Amino acid sequence: MIVEVVVGILLGLGGLACITGAVGLLRFPDVYSRMHASGVTDTLGAGLVVLGLLVWAALGDGGWATALAEGHAEAAKPGLLQSVKLVSILFFLWVSGTTAVHALAKAAWLDGLVPWTRDEEGASSTR
Amino acid sequence: MRHTLALAGVLALTWLLWSGHTGALLLGLGLLSVAATAALARRMGLVDGEGVPLAVVRPGLITYLPWLLWQVVLSSIDVGRRVWARDPGLAPRMLHVTPTQATLTGRVLYANSITLTPGTISVMMEDDDILVHALHAEAADGLASGDMDRRVTALEGPA
Repeated sequence: MIVEVVVGILLGLGGLACITGAVGLLRFPDVYSRMHASGVTDTLGAGLVVLGLLVWAALGDGGWATALAEGHAEAAKPGLLQSVKLVSILFFLWVSGTTAVHALAKAAWLDGLVPWTRDEEGASSTR
Repeated sequence: MRHTLALAGVLALTWLLWSGHTGALLLGLGLLSVAATAALARRMGLVDGEGVPLAVVRPGLITYLPWLLWQVVLSSIDVGRRVWARDPGLAPRMLHVTPTQATLTGRVLYANSITLTPGTISVMMEDDDILVHALHAEAADGLASGDMDRRVTALEGPA
């Protein structure tokens, strides 16, 4: 029961972070600042969802940690293999996400797009 | 040779852990695939310090990665709060930071760490200069303090 609640909270918070990134994508003023908002979906959103799934793979129905504690080494195998895949997914998301964002920002900059700014200090830094 | 062996090792481990099969047929196919991939990558000239970044695998990663993870969480929460705030308080600016890492791999790790934390994005990277877009002054100041730069350089260790 506790595991269900914890996993539910993690998945819920992850979903909230994903929506936050989407809302920020619409609310923020220009392409550069919008990239920061989408980063919330990429990093925190994906991270919390995967974390929730990892907890479930370990302690949920037929989880590997439960199986190990009961001495069923063979029953723990699928859960452990799933965990490896989940961590791999997060790793590739984070590495490819940063690379894509950098490529996007670099393309915008090389194209001469001047970032939106508000204060004088910000404006002078973009010239 | 060191890089080829490392590549083959990582490929073999990936094959084993992602398939989970230990039958002779699948292990044999895996061995063939790993050998073919490693040979192809070598022929294409991809197997070097850049294609197989062994240099970044250092003991310091054990402390650096959790620290980076925590920074990602903190800055994500900050950006997330700004998304929902009535006044997001955005004041974007560009700033230049000078990476102190000696190796290219170290610099890539630093620049990617900057981009991974919401609030700062590496835009351009030239010899001794990384151009960064920061979402607001605090994010810019945090990066300019050079804390992350020092940690990556320490991770890199003596050359």
